[in-house]
Amino acid sequence: MTRPRIEPLIWLNFSAGGVTAAVFLPVLAFLFAFAFPFGWIDAPSHEHLVSVIGNPITKLALFGLFVVMLVHAAHRFRYTLYDGLQIKEKGLIAVLCYGSAAIVALASIPVLLSV
Amino acid sequence: MTTQRAYVRPMSTFWWVKKRSYFIFVMRELSSLFVAWFVFYLLLFISAVGRGGEAYQDFLVGAKYPAVVVINVVAFAFIVLHTVTWFSLTPKAMVLTIRGQRVPAIVILGAQYAALVAVSAFVYWLVTR
Repeated sequence: MTRPRIEPLIWLNFSAGGVTAAVFLPVLAFLFAFAFPFGWIDAPSHEHLVSVIGNPITKLALFGLFVVMLVHAAHRFRYTLYDGLQIKEKGLIAVLCYGSAAIVALASIPVLLSV
Repeated sequence: MTTQRAYVRPMSTFWWVKKRSYFIFVMRELSSLFVAWFVFYLLLFISAVGRGGEAYQDFLVGAKYPAVVVINVVAFAFIVLHTVTWFSLTPKAMVLTIRGQRVPAIVILGAQYAALVAVSAFVYWLVTR
């Protein structure tokens, strides 16, 4: 009997996170890293942001986006270290990559609930 | 009894700087780090919004510190690289057939850019309306 493997699920998440990052991050990064801080576009009021982020649907959507993007990043960075930089401590790399993704994902829950 | 082991040719850590295509491949893979950075950055932003109007204003000021701007500019370049390379990779990784006909790569590519425009417009509308 073959042991159920988690690897295909991680690859599935890798693809989901890749699409999500490709489609969502350019606009989010442009608005929140440049356009609003530098006043290229008028920054939204605090009240408006609270009402948008405070909506449970937004929170759930953001949590989903963050989780798939974090797992995507962890999985890809794992292979970058392994194949790119030829670091062969396989187990340690996997623990560090997925571990940090899990920590940030967990930390995002209280952050999202704080709004 | 002796066991035979295959010879593994040692590879340098920087094997990927010698050829342009290898270099782009490693840069493309390295974009993952900056995807994680923007998730972290957005969490800092949401946390500031959660702490109140003043913390939100402080965040907008903090985002203009030179060190933050440098990181964000580099990270944004990697995000663009990720988007472009991911879109052009999809038709190669995913074979779509409609009524027995393979969907041409250009159609899949176009659909993705259309999705990018639609999502960007939606996010922009949601945060600025």
